[in-house]
Amino acid sequence: MAIEQDDIAKIAELARIRIADDEIGQVTARITEILQMVDRLQAVDTRNVEPMANPLDAIQRLRPDAVTQGNRRDAFQAIAPAVENGLYLVPRVIE
Amino acid sequence: MHTKSVAQLVKGLGERQFSSVEVTRMYLDRIAALDTQYNSFISVDEATALAAAAAADKRLAAGDGAPLTGIPIAHKDIFCTDSMRTSCGSRMLDNFVPPYDATVIQRFKAAGAVLLGKTNMDEFAMGSSTESSYYGPTRNPWNTQLVPGGSSGGSAAAVAGLLAPAATGTDTGGSIRQPAAFCGITGLKPTYGRVSRLGMVAFASSLDQAGPMAHSAEDCALLLNAMAGHDPLDSTSSTMAAVDYCATLGNSLAGLRIGLPREYFSEGLDAATGQCIKDALQALEAQGATLVEVSLPHSALTIPTYYIIAPAEASTNLSRFDGVRYGYRCANPVDLHDLYTRTRQEGFGDEVKRRILVGTYALSAGYYDAYYKKAQQIRRLIKQDFMDCFDQVDIIAGPTTPGPAFALGAKSNDPIAMYLEDVYTLAVNLAGLPGMSVPAGFVDHKPVGLQLIGRHFDEARLLNVAHRFQQATDWHLRTPDFAQGGHQ
Repeated sequence: MAIEQDDIAKIAELARIRIADDEIGQVTARITEILQMVDRLQAVDTRNVEPMANPLDAIQRLRPDAVTQGNRRDAFQAIAPAVENGLYLVPRVIE
Repeated sequence: MHTKSVAQLVKGLGERQFSSVEVTRMYLDRIAALDTQYNSFISVDEATALAAAAAADKRLAAGDGAPLTGIPIAHKDIFCTDSMRTSCGSRMLDNFVPPYDATVIQRFKAAGAVLLGKTNMDEFAMGSSTESSYYGPTRNPWNTQLVPGGSSGGSAAAVAGLLAPAATGTDTGGSIRQPAAFCGITGLKPTYGRVSRLGMVAFASSLDQAGPMAHSAEDCALLLNAMAGHDPLDSTSSTMAAVDYCATLGNSLAGLRIGLPREYFSEGLDAATGQCIKDALQALEAQGATLVEVSLPHSALTIPTYYIIAPAEASTNLSRFDGVRYGYRCANPVDLHDLYTRTRQEGFGDEVKRRILVGTYALSAGYYDAYYKKAQQIRRLIKQDFMDCFDQVDIIAGPTTPGPAFALGAKSNDPIAMYLEDVYTLAVNLAGLPGMSVPAGFVDHKPVGLQLIGRHFDEARLLNVAHRFQQATDWHLRTPDFAQGGHQ
C-alpha cells in the first residue's frame, strides 16, 4: 500500500496532530515502512472467521444504574490548564 | 539487607528483626546513591514513603499486618497515584497529579505496602527499550551500555539493581516479560482481566494487563495475591475468583506436559540464547515434566496483527489528551484547532505519534475492513493456535526474546527492528493468556529469559513451574553486584 505525503497530512488532521513541514517526509517514510510490514495480513484467507475484539470473547457487562461516585469537580478542575467559575477555558470558538 | 527477597522481608518484618522504616530508608538511600547510573525512577517521595513505612510498623506492632505490610514496592509510572505525579513517561503528563489511586495502588495500600517511587518507562508504554521516555533512557544494571528492555524497563532495572525488592509493570505486547528477561528478573503478565486496569493509563485496552516483577516466582506470587481480583469499576475485569498463588508453588512437576512451539526455536533465535533455553527445559524434564513439540502456525502473523490492533486502540485511547482537562497545553493557542494540534504535536514523542497515525489510518473510512477487521480475524486464528496446543500440553515454553539485551541507541531509530524484539511475546497478549519470564542463564554476561505461557487464568501453574525451576537453579539469585565480582 503506497501512501503519499498528502495522505499523511490528512490522517494527521484526523488525529489532530500538527506535523511540521520539514518533518512530514520523514514521518511518511516511517509510516510507509510500517504499513508495508502489516500488509502481509492481506494475503491471509479469513473467510468465515469472526473478528475478535476481546481475547476472552467477553461481552460488555452492565451494572445497576445507580450513583456510586460523588461529585469531585473541584479536585478534577484543580489539575486543568485553565478554568473559571467551574468551567474549562479554551480559546474563543464562536466569534 | 538489600539482597533479601520479598518473602524474606515479610518474615523479618513479622518477626520484628527490622522495621519497615529501616528497610524503606535503606532502599531510598540506595536509590539516591545508585539511580544516577540507571535512571530507573521518575519520581521518589521520601517523606511520604517513610510515613507509610512508619504507619506499617504501627500496624505490625499491633499485630494487624497483612501479607505485604511494610514492604516497599516500586510502581511503574503508568499507575495513577493520588497526589503524586503520574507521567506515563510523557511530556503530555509531566504535570499530571491524579486525584485518585489506581485499583492496583489501592490494593497495595490496603495490604500495607509502602510506595517506594514511580519507575521510568517508554512513553505511554510504547517501546521495548525504555529509550522513548521523556525523562531519558533507563540503563541496564548488568551493563549500563545496554537497554533494560521495555516498556517496564524502569521497574526491571530497579529490581535488578536492588533499588527495590519488587515492582509492578504493565504488559501490552511483552512490556513485563521482555525487560524481566533483559534484566535477569522474574516477571508475570496475568491473564487479560485478572488484574484491574482502573487508573492504569490506557494504551491498547484489549491487550493491557498489569503484573508483578521481582527476583523470584515466590515473590511474584506474593504480589499477585495483592493485585488480582475482580474490580467492579473495570468492566473488563474478570469476576472469576482469584486463588492463593502461593499455595501451589511447591507442587510436583511429575507428568507436566510442556509444549515447545517449533516456530519459537527456528531462525531468528540467537544460538546461545537458544542453548540456555534448552538447558532450562532439561532442568524441568529432570523434575518429571515431558517435552512435546507443538506448532503455532500463525506465529509469523503476530507482529503485523499486533501493529494494527495496538495502534488502533492507542489512537482511540490517546484522543483524550487534548490540552483541556489535564496534562500539557501548548502556549498561546490562537484557536481551538491550534490548541488541539499543537498540544499533541508538542506533548507526544515520535513513536507515540507514529502509532496514533497508523491507528488512525487503520480505523479510517475505507480502510477499517482491510486493516482493523482483518487483524481482529487473524487475532482469532492466533488465539485458536494456542487453544489447540493446550489440548495436548499444560503449558508452553520457549525464549522470551530472540536474544539478550542490545546496546542503547542500537534500534532507537528503526521502529521495525524494535518491533521484532517482541516476536515471542506479542501473541500471548493477542490471545489474552498469562505469560512469565524466568531467569535462565547468561550469554556474554547478559541475562536470558525463559518464557512460560499458560492457559487462561492458570497463573498458579506458571508460578508453580517457575518456582520449581528456581528451586533447582540459581539464575534468579544472580545480581549485577555479584557479576561485577567476576563470577557472572
